[in-house]
Amino acid sequence: MSELITRTAAELADALAAGETTSVELTQAHLDRIAAVDGDAERGVHAFLHVDAEGALEQAAASDARRAAGETRHLLDGVPIAVKDVLATRGLPTTCGSRILEGWVPPYDATVVATIKAAGLPILGKTNMDEFAMGSSTEHSAYGPTRNPWDLTRIPGGSGGGSAAAVAAFEAPLALGTDTGGSIRQPGAVTGTVGVKPTYGAVSRYGLVALANSLDQVGPVTRTVLDSALLQELIGGHDPRDSTSVPTPVTGLVDAARQGAAGDLAGLRVGVITELAGDGWQAGVMTRFEESVQLLKDLGAEVVEISCPTFVHAMAAYYLILPAECSSNLAKFDAMRYGLRVVPEGDPSAEAVMRATRDVGFGDEVKRRIMIGTYALSSGYYDAYYGQAQKVRTLISRDFAAAFEQVDVLVSPTSPTTAFALGEKLDDPLAMYLQDLATIPANLAGVPGISVPAGLADEDGLPVGLQVLAPALADDRLYRVGAAVEAALTARWGAPILTTAPDLEDLR
Amino acid sequence: MTDTLVDFDVVLTKYDPALGLEVHVELNTNTKMFCGCPTAFGAEPNTQVCPTCLGLPGAMPVVNAKAVESAIRIGLALNCQIAEWCRFARKNYFYPDMPKNFQTSQYDEPICFDGFLDVEVEGEVFRIGIERAHMEEDTGKSSHVGGTDGRIHGADHSLVDYNRAGIPLIEIVTKPILGTGEKAPLVAKAYVSALRDIIVALGVSDARMDQGSIRADVNLSLAPKGSEKLGTRSETKNVNSLRSVERAVRFEMSRHAGILDAGGAVLQETRHFHENDGTTSSGREKSDAEDYRYFPEPDLVPVAPSREWVEQLRATLPENPALKRTRLQGEWGFSDLEMRDTVGAGALELVERTVAAGAAPQAARKWWLSELARRANDTGVELADLGVTPEQVAGVQALVDAKRINDKLARQVFDGLLAGEGTPEEIVAARGLEVVSDDGALSAAVEAAIAANPDVADKIRDGKHAAAGALIGAVMKEMRGQADAGRVRELILEKLA
Amino acid sequence: MAQISRDEVAHLADLARIDLDDAELDHLAPQLNVILEAVASISGVAGDDVPPTSHPIPMTNVFRDDVVVPGLSAEEALSGAPEAEEQRFRVPRILGEEQ
Repeated sequence: MSELITRTAAELADALAAGETTSVELTQAHLDRIAAVDGDAERGVHAFLHVDAEGALEQAAASDARRAAGETRHLLDGVPIAVKDVLATRGLPTTCGSRILEGWVPPYDATVVATIKAAGLPILGKTNMDEFAMGSSTEHSAYGPTRNPWDLTRIPGGSGGGSAAAVAAFEAPLALGTDTGGSIRQPGAVTGTVGVKPTYGAVSRYGLVALANSLDQVGPVTRTVLDSALLQELIGGHDPRDSTSVPTPVTGLVDAARQGAAGDLAGLRVGVITELAGDGWQAGVMTRFEESVQLLKDLGAEVVEISCPTFVHAMAAYYLILPAECSSNLAKFDAMRYGLRVVPEGDPSAEAVMRATRDVGFGDEVKRRIMIGTYALSSGYYDAYYGQAQKVRTLISRDFAAAFEQVDVLVSPTSPTTAFALGEKLDDPLAMYLQDLATIPANLAGVPGISVPAGLADEDGLPVGLQVLAPALADDRLYRVGAAVEAALTARWGAPILTTAPDLEDLR
Repeated sequence: MTDTLVDFDVVLTKYDPALGLEVHVELNTNTKMFCGCPTAFGAEPNTQVCPTCLGLPGAMPVVNAKAVESAIRIGLALNCQIAEWCRFARKNYFYPDMPKNFQTSQYDEPICFDGFLDVEVEGEVFRIGIERAHMEEDTGKSSHVGGTDGRIHGADHSLVDYNRAGIPLIEIVTKPILGTGEKAPLVAKAYVSALRDIIVALGVSDARMDQGSIRADVNLSLAPKGSEKLGTRSETKNVNSLRSVERAVRFEMSRHAGILDAGGAVLQETRHFHENDGTTSSGREKSDAEDYRYFPEPDLVPVAPSREWVEQLRATLPENPALKRTRLQGEWGFSDLEMRDTVGAGALELVERTVAAGAAPQAARKWWLSELARRANDTGVELADLGVTPEQVAGVQALVDAKRINDKLARQVFDGLLAGEGTPEEIVAARGLEVVSDDGALSAAVEAAIAANPDVADKIRDGKHAAAGALIGAVMKEMRGQADAGRVRELILEKLA
Repeated sequence: MAQISRDEVAHLADLARIDLDDAELDHLAPQLNVILEAVASISGVAGDDVPPTSHPIPMTNVFRDDVVVPGLSAEEALSGAPEAEEQRFRVPRILGEEQ
């Protein structure tokens, strides 16, 4: 294994700038790592659904040529990246982890994909995910689960388990994820990596295959807070193709990360959310969380407890709003224009082909949510379900607004448990849904959140995440606090947390 | 099943009709409602599409500002309130020509609501209440292969072209129209006609019913005379001419009455109108189970037109076409027939501009409706597209008024105009068309004519002035038409006095 | 809030155009009820005076100018089509009628 792949994206950028390595060399190093550990549906990490070695090396060579000519486009020009399979990539398969889109090659790029291409980041491939981003374990992928690099018998979180595992297993220094209810942050927590859900509208959603449009957000998946800041600054900004894109760019993220790493949080007011802790939470998770809170105090922050009473209803609101929006979004998968077409026996009508295709093409979790959403939007139930959920959403935003009058950031554990065993909750939807208890409120209110590693739980030795939440458009606070915690904990551990992960078997 | 039809006059003795009209207007914006694809009619299939209007996974909509502006202008012209805040909503249903399997439309928050339009039928004015006018997108177009006549039934498969998908539509819905009695078919027609005139005057649509850029759905129900309760309605879809609107109402009234007379119940259903015989046939049953699961479109933000913007748009509204017609008829002194012919020929605006350029109204009407209409007809183009401008027509008439040319010569000037030979003045000069006003030359020609026709000259001397025509003809022939016939007549009478 | 019956689940599947067989209905119906029971707690949480939130970051009037931008070629548009004919998407015979 090449030493290059253990470096952070920022370090790789520096090495490229200093001429110590080339984009081709480090892209090849990551491709080698993928070949060694990624495996397939049956074994290995299985973070990737599609690897584009040829395309990545071509882009890397082009990057090296630009650098030689003094025409480097961005600090990260030449640093490879993995892309969650829910983002449209022109010329590369985009399946969303679903059978219904098997083999679909989009004729266009998502805005964020166009942005990273324009900046010169070679795309290593597309990462695995729960089907249409529905799930918290990546087991709902139609192409087989991703496995947690810390323990291949456990889940890597979801829905973006592929992106998180790819970064955790050193298969990619950077990845793009999407977060609808925690799909960046929860995988970050259970794989010992960093994941950020930016403010709603801070990063373009154009080309992100929508799960729940009013909740979805694209964000960075990395091993360090600084790398996330570099990536969010690259992909963020207004996009005229996304009507919900905020007009003012969210800036100062890299500066905030550097400032935070200096370790001084004096004057920062931190709120611990009362409702996001308690008996149902794994002991080892709570222990690491409480240590993190103490650490914040040690760094000069003023910590208070804050109640957000409506948060207890967040999950119910979320599991009405999301299915409602997704039942409509997923209607387009009907075997007429693209994707799978299943033709039943006889002389079937278009209707019959749609029904058969959607039965075969969608997995159970997708069907469950489509039907819940169809129910919630039905006349006669709309007010009781969808209408009520949208009102609860208002109350949750008000809770955040009240909290942020008292404190600068809020903190909680990212996820109630560490990585559980593959298969453990597969047929118990509610137990699976509880994974996102702490991450969902941010999506409902549109505020940004980060998960940073907080250490390993005593009982199972698996990673625990600390979640930091900030007001809308104040994403810089996440980076300041996240970087401070990261720096202090890394100093305490003596090395980044991922260096303590077990070695992965070379499958070649 | 054959419908039992009740004679129209008999229907009216027993039932009161209630009308409702839903008219879809396709806007003539450059681009679609939610994406930058062009909207030109008749392009090669699937060449005016993009990820958004094709409903590709991940693509997102952005609202066309011009479409919102057009919607507001239509609403203002229909005396509507303009919402201070409204949203788009998804109307969910599956259909192969709908790329996303939901239509982005508006539900309980239309941009325009609560207006009215007055229409006149045989001297009686009916105020048609406008319930709402909202923005939505059109669907793609399917052609059906196999089976008969390209109809959907019996087809083997269908081919879909999404060029039309996403073209902006404004749907204008009336309140129930009551109390029209025997005039119901005419009121329906007059409403659609008046609405079309407004759309044309606003310039927001091609307004071609034959190309589907205006499509009317006709709702009709009957209630027993004097009953307070409305009957069950049928909805006749896509009625594509003014005459068809009238016929569809008439047919449905007779059909409903037949069912009700027999003690039956009218089905709430959609019906199809058949142009060939003026009948309708059953379409899809509208059941209560039909559930579009509307909810606010999360990919679009609310539309909140500022009052300043609304007032700016109000200032751009053209005069109401019906009121304008009445005003112009008065100003021009046209008879009802003359006015109707002018409007019917599509010459109202042309005459108006010709008059504005200095011509007398009757002269302007005469040129457009006779000489120029004939030429347009010969070449198969609309009058407005003939290639002669109102200003040029006024220029020709000015030459006639100055007696520099006569009507016959004027026709040659129009030839020149159509051939692009320059201004009327230049054409007269270049073609040497000016009438001869030199009395010397005219006098000689008159004397020659008198000498050549002594019998006629004698009759005139005896006071039979009507006989002068023969001599005038001879002189005009001699002068090759380039003489003022009035002046020739004066000279003849002088000489033979 | 009431439980949904197996028939209602079948109706929902019908509305959603998913051809569920009996075994799937048996499997999914109880799961849907468990989920609906869990989300039913939302009932009555927010009063009539609470406005609904459909967009987390409030914005209005996001428009584009009425200017043509290049789209896809017909070839690109049809690139993912299960079947194409005469530069159109070929689909099986259509049963119902346009709405």
